[in-house]
Formats: sequence, C-alpha cells, structure tokens
Amino acid sequence: MKRELIHLENVVKTFGSLMVLDEIDLTIHENEFMTLLGPSGCGKTTLLRIIGGFESPDTGKIIFDGKDITQVPPNKRPINTVFQKYSLFSHMNVEENIAFGPKINGKSSDYIRDKIKYALKLVNLDGYEKHDVTKLSGGQQQRIAIARAVVNEPKVLLLDEPLSALDLKLRRAMRNELVRINRETGITFVFVTHDQEEALSMSDTVVVMNQGYIQQVGTPENVYNEPENAFVADFIGDSNIIDGVMVRDKLVRIFGREYPCVDVGFPEECPVDVQIRPEDITLDVPQENSLNGTVTRVGFWGMSYDITVDTGDFEWLVQSIHGRKVGEKVSLHLDPYNIQIMKKPQSEDEAVSREI
Amino acid sequence: MFRTIGIRNLFLAPFCIWAGIFIFVPLLFMFYYGLTTPAGNFTFENILMIFQTEFFYSLKMSVLLAFISTAVCLLLAYPLCLILVDRAKSAGAIITLLFILPLWMNSLLSTMAWQTILERDGTLNQILRLLSLPDFTLINTATAIVIGMVYNYLPYMVLPLYVALTKIDKSIIEAAKDLGANTWQTFYKIILPLSLPGAVSGITMVFIPALTTFAISALLGGGRILLIGNVIEQEFTFEYNWNLGAALSIVLMIFIVVNMALTVFFENSHEEEKN
Repeated sequence: MKRELIHLENVVKTFGSLMVLDEIDLTIHENEFMTLLGPSGCGKTTLLRIIGGFESPDTGKIIFDGKDITQVPPNKRPINTVFQKYSLFSHMNVEENIAFGPKINGKSSDYIRDKIKYALKLVNLDGYEKHDVTKLSGGQQQRIAIARAVVNEPKVLLLDEPLSALDLKLRRAMRNELVRINRETGITFVFVTHDQEEALSMSDTVVVMNQGYIQQVGTPENVYNEPENAFVADFIGDSNIIDGVMVRDKLVRIFGREYPCVDVGFPEECPVDVQIRPEDITLDVPQENSLNGTVTRVGFWGMSYDITVDTGDFEWLVQSIHGRKVGEKVSLHLDPYNIQIMKKPQSEDEAVSREI
Repeated sequence: MFRTIGIRNLFLAPFCIWAGIFIFVPLLFMFYYGLTTPAGNFTFENILMIFQTEFFYSLKMSVLLAFISTAVCLLLAYPLCLILVDRAKSAGAIITLLFILPLWMNSLLSTMAWQTILERDGTLNQILRLLSLPDFTLINTATAIVIGMVYNYLPYMVLPLYVALTKIDKSIIEAAKDLGANTWQTFYKIILPLSLPGAVSGITMVFIPALTTFAISALLGGGRILLIGNVIEQEFTFEYNWNLGAALSIVLMIFIVVNMALTVFFENSHEEEKN
C-alpha cells in the first residue's frame, strides 16, 4: 500500500444554511490519481478548494504528511491547482507564466530556465516560451496551466474540471496526457469532474459524491461493477434499478420471480435495491417460465442498440449489439454474477442521495 | 452598398455639424486670437508670454497641484476599489454609487462647502477648538486646493479603476496565491498590471480637469494662488486681453495633448514588450 499523503478528518462546510460537505473523511495516497466524481452541487469543487486552501472548513482537519495544515494559506501549501478556466496571466507570455511560481520562491534564473524547458516538454509544447498566452488555443492554454503548476514540484496537483472546456477529441487526448504526467512526475493528482467516463478511464481511485456525502470510494472497476448504493449505480453508467427482496443468501426475489445471485450477508426477507447493467441482459425468443416482454423503443448508438423492453412490471433498458424491432416479443435472461444487490438507504440523509 | 453608406453618412451629419459649430469653429477662433495682435497681425508673442515668470509660475503650480491631486486620488482609489470588488456584487455597486454621488451635486456648491469647512472660523477649526486643539487653518493654501480637487475628481478615478478591477477574474488572483505569491506580490505582479488601463484612464480623467480648473482654485485659494486656469480667466474677464488668454489656452492644450500622446505611447510600448 502506498504512503498516506493527505488525510481529511471530519470536514464540514456550510454556506449559510446550505450543507455543502457533511463530515467528510478521506485519505489520499502518494502518487495516486484520485477523482472526485459527482453531479454539480455535490460538494466536489468545495472539497478541492478546501484542500487547496481557498476555503476553510467549518470544522474538521486537513492533515498533510502528518502535519495539520487546516489554517495554512494557499501560498504556503505544497499543493498547486489547475483551474477550470486555466486562469493564465494574460499580461505575461508563456515563459513568464511558468516562471511565476519559481521566481516567487526565489529560484535562480538558470534553474528556472531549465525548469521551463522541462515543463514545456512535459506538456508537449517545446519552443512555446515566447508565445502570447491569449493567442493559444484552449487545449494549449490548459497545457500551460498544467506546466505552470507542475514546475513548482508540488506534492499534490489539484485539477478542477480542467477538461470541461475542451472539445471531445482534445478531451480524450488530454486524458492520456494527464495520466502520463501523473506517472512521469510522481505527483499526486486530485481531479474533479462530473464526467463518469473521465473518472473511470483515468483514475486509480474514484470518490463518488452526492449532496455533500461520499457515496463510495473505490477503483473504477469497483464503483462500476460493485456500486454500494442506488445513487452510485445510477450515476455511473446506465442501470436498471429494481426493488427486490432477499429470500436468503444467493437468492433474490424480483417481481415475484426468484433469481440466483452471488451476494450474501443480508437478513432473510430484507428489502434491497437490485441493479442490473443493461449490457448484462441477454434477449432471446419468448419462452415459458422466463421473464417475457415487448420491445417498446429501439435507439441506435453506433456501437450498440439501446432497447427498451416492457415486462408489465418494469421498463428494462437493454444494450445489445443486435437490433430488435418495436413490438417484438422477447425474453430477458440474467446471469447470477450480473445481479448486484445493494442495501436500501436506512436514514433520511441516505435517502436524499437517491433523488438524482 | 452605396445606399447603406449614404444613409449612414446621413445619420452622421448632425454630429458632424455639431462638432463643426461647437468644437472646430471655436478652436479656429482660439487659434486666431492666440496668434494675432489686437490689430489682427500675426504674432508668436502671445504664445511666448508663457515664459514670463508669473505665467510660467502659474503653469508650474497647476502641473504640481494636478499631479499631487492625481497621485492622492490614485492612492485613495486603489485600496477602496480593491475592497469593493472583494464584496458581493450588490454591496460593491451601492458603495461605488455613494462614492460617485458627489458627481450629482453642483461642484461649485460642494467646493463652497469645503470653503466653510476649511476657513478660519470654519467647521474644522470649531471641532478642533471643542477638543482644545490648536487651530489648523487651511483655506487659501495649496493644500486646500488639493483637497478640493481630490474631492471633486475622485469619482473619475474610482469609476474606471473599479471597472478594470472587476474584470480581473477571481481565479487569476487565486492562481497567483496558489503559486506562492503573498498579498503584496499578488497586487504588484498581477492586479496592478492587469488594472493598469483603468488606472491610466483614471489618471487622464483626473489630471486634465485638475490642470485646467479655475473654480476650485478661486474658491479655495482665495486669489493667493493663481493657477493657469485663473490666469486665463483673468485675461478674458478682467484684462480683456483675449489674445493673451487664447494663447495661454493654446499652450495648455498643447501641454495636455503632448501628455496624452506620451501616455498612449507608454501604454503601447508596454503592450509590445509583452509580444
């Protein structure tokens, strides 16, 4: 296990009467690529700003490398930020922008010159020293913003939705770039996004947040395949979420039918949320004793079809590489290991997180 | 194409006529009077009169007081505007409104109010006497004129500066702090250069009226300190020497034009330096 670098302890933040962060506990490890993922207003940006020192928590502590830095101002933290709007200094050229941090910290001009070269190479913009930052494209400005931050050799780099202003192609390319920079520099990345695809494709650890709560912390595979609750299941990828009852270990009842599953540890006859990914459902010709329904809608998405099947009790979303016709009768088949059982929200706070 | 240009020119015509009658023709008159003798013969003598001790002293005094007033306005306006932009939008707007409120008052009236505050038995001394402190009479001094100028022209500094500062995105300032800059470094490396255009237009808008005023210096200087504006006024109203008055006006105008040209040149060279 990697070394612990930042530890957030019981962090609470309110804006007026609005609870933005509610008792957040989180550990960030050295050289980790961590993503804070959630819908807008979930508190992810506020959490990032608290780590950066731009907001202070109402209560709670931020421990950095064993030291309490809760009251340390941003200019004294070994943390740098890449802002959503890049926030380059428009009255300085590329070189001066990158040199800003090292100059403030009193580094020698030789050191700064080498560092600028290194940073520009790192972001694939060699030779751009004298360019006017206002004349660069969005993607280039973003790279300069990253270079300007990385040049200070921070322990942690905070990135606040840095890709949201870029077009799709560029965004994909930048994702790979960011992962590469994370690996090359050894800097810990804390990345904020509302885009689940970004979170899944880049991170070592994904922190799913909603309404000021951390819903789940895990690897991308973990949060996708084993969501802990209905919010995570629904927010990440597409899901069919159904009310079910646990009959006993490894057997769940949905709409009066019993299905074998792999989950254990729930009390008998315990109401649960059942999640089934649309790509995990296979369609076949209607059969006796199986779940039968009618295709009501078909959408073509290039790689696959989105097929809606009405079984009377529920409208199922199914993804398949084979198209179906509207009105066609089909049967739905589920494999035990594709049925994910999640506990129902117990408290009101948890219930809130279901209203997506 | 021709039609649209024709129609546009038609709309422009009233403004051209207005500019012609009220700006161009008076300027011609001024140059005519300034460059002729009362008999109507061409001469440079009136212009050269500026080098006479008393006139030159007035010009020097005007430049000095206008410079001091501009500097004071700048020093007052920066902290004020920095505090204002930090406040919520609505609160900032209301306080800004309060500071430009003097603009809605007759400036002569407010200057006369300063007269009653600063005179020997004025409000200031009455308060000082109540506190058993020695009198501090400012009326008829250069300081009184500077106070009057600052009071009257501060809004012209606050407005462009406030606008320039609100245009600086908060995240730019956060970025500077993030990169290790303290409050002072953030100010002179980021905020100052980015708000410079606002400061420059503020300086122009304070310096020029301060340089040409005659009302403030007449009311608060009590005739003891003659600024170039007062000299020009006297030439027209008491001495009836229109030729000399016009000539001194030309000198003042050229002085201002040269100053503005230098400012623009300085700004442009600053821009080019960046590229």
